[in-house]
Amino acid sequence: MNALALLGRYFSASMRSQMQYPASAIMLTTGQLASTAIEIVSIWALFDRFGAVKGWSFGEVMFFYALIGISFSFADFLTRGFDVFGTDFVRTGAFDRLLLRPRSAALQLVGHDFRISRFGRFFQAAIILTIATSTLNFVWTPQAALLALWTVAGGIAFFSALFVLQAVMAFWTVESLEAVNALTYGGVYAGQFPLSLYARWFRTFLIFIVPLACVAYFPVLAILGRSDPLGAPDWFLPLAPVAGFVFLGLAFLAWRFGVSKYTSTGS
Amino acid sequence: MDALRPYAAAFSSRFLLMMQYRAAALAGFFTQCWFGAVHVMVLAAFYLGAPEAAAESPLSLSQAITYTWLAQGLLAVLPWVGDPEIADGVRTGAISYDRLRPVDAYTLWYVRAAGWMTARLIPRVALMILAAGIVLPLIGQDQWAWQPPASLSAALLFTLSETLAIALACAIIMLINIVVVATLNARGVNILMQPLVVIFTGNLLPLSLYPDAMRVALLVQPFAGTLDIPNRIYFAALAGQMAWLGISLQVFWTVLFIAVGRWWLGRVMARLEVQGG
Repeated sequence: MNALALLGRYFSASMRSQMQYPASAIMLTTGQLASTAIEIVSIWALFDRFGAVKGWSFGEVMFFYALIGISFSFADFLTRGFDVFGTDFVRTGAFDRLLLRPRSAALQLVGHDFRISRFGRFFQAAIILTIATSTLNFVWTPQAALLALWTVAGGIAFFSALFVLQAVMAFWTVESLEAVNALTYGGVYAGQFPLSLYARWFRTFLIFIVPLACVAYFPVLAILGRSDPLGAPDWFLPLAPVAGFVFLGLAFLAWRFGVSKYTSTGS
Repeated sequence: MDALRPYAAAFSSRFLLMMQYRAAALAGFFTQCWFGAVHVMVLAAFYLGAPEAAAESPLSLSQAITYTWLAQGLLAVLPWVGDPEIADGVRTGAISYDRLRPVDAYTLWYVRAAGWMTARLIPRVALMILAAGIVLPLIGQDQWAWQPPASLSAALLFTLSETLAIALACAIIMLINIVVVATLNARGVNILMQPLVVIFTGNLLPLSLYPDAMRVALLVQPFAGTLDIPNRIYFAALAGQMAWLGISLQVFWTVLFIAVGRWWLGRVMARLEVQGG
């Protein structure tokens, strides 16, 4: 069986097991929807009180908010195994079993679990995107739609890379490290606002070290047809999501190094 | 005094246990710094971009920044989830031991929750003061720093109000615990609490910054007493009679929730089904 077919098997097994409790799956999804949607209320309150911020309207900020939310929801859906890697695999020694099977460990971790509830965030982000579209009277040309898909793909790669790096750290710390939450959930939060709101050191960090801006701010500017007030060249904006894939590649290099250094804790 | 000894022991044993988790405290601190920094930069962008609206705002920028650091430093005080020990006890059946102890179950769980909360609070708030209150001014970034209390009387009132905030948050956690015991599942109620806490405590955005029409409603609801009221007393946005009004609200909600919790726990425990074996 090839890798994709195997992932398909993993996927359907995971879906069927969650659908044994349909009410629970629906309630968890609704809960995710409500708890992630609540953030937009505070952003709305700020715009209501202060008006546009550095030339950005609420509609445009909703655009940033929605696309980063969609990217994160898919990454969160696909990388659950890496998210729980420290607690459920390293600490318990269950990773040994994965290594014995004749398939790559990364593939098995992707297939470990797909949480339906993650679509709660996706749905709320999609709703916000619809609202943003009508607020801005935005016309979805085929180019804009393709660019949005490309942005989301880069975003999925970027956030998946963070979850993989979190798993890599677990080789040394054994537990899953919550500090990475600052970059995952905190990254979603930071990506909801245009980069030009931030101080220089933080912008540098988000472009060159953890390239969040390359999968959120720059390509969204290209979708909205705006040029960068900070002066990034126009031709660069639609290319920026490549950085997400490069980041994912580096994360998997780190992962291979981590696996090679792995010593079992299990009994 | 002997009657209180088991509760004091329950508090201190939980406190000392939670103090062992240094890595968790450091991780929490890192996350707090990140969120605090982003919040501060976003608030500053809004305030500095609209000087007229900023002048009319019920909080000045420096107050809003101090509020943000307080909110991050005091994150552990908020009633995010029920006590995980109770949830575990419900799942494994260990909760039946608590029925056998010759102590009052409500008080025992309440002081255990208080020990759990304060032990997570102290290292996190200390590191936050160090970073945002001492290091930031020292490196010349005073306008982004956690400012000291407005006055000595504000500091004293804040201490009282923050103590009440802990008491109130523990009373809310007890209500969550009781829902967990009654429904035998912690996940549902914990998911429900998160959006409520994030908005209504002022954790995401100071409550005074929501539209003015909502201000009274936001101030009197119970979650304001866990964060927003002490914060505003800290920089004297609530002073004099208003400060005492805020403190009375905290007392009111705490007493009400403890009364409801005691009555409800009695009912739930009377027909408790124990699982596990």
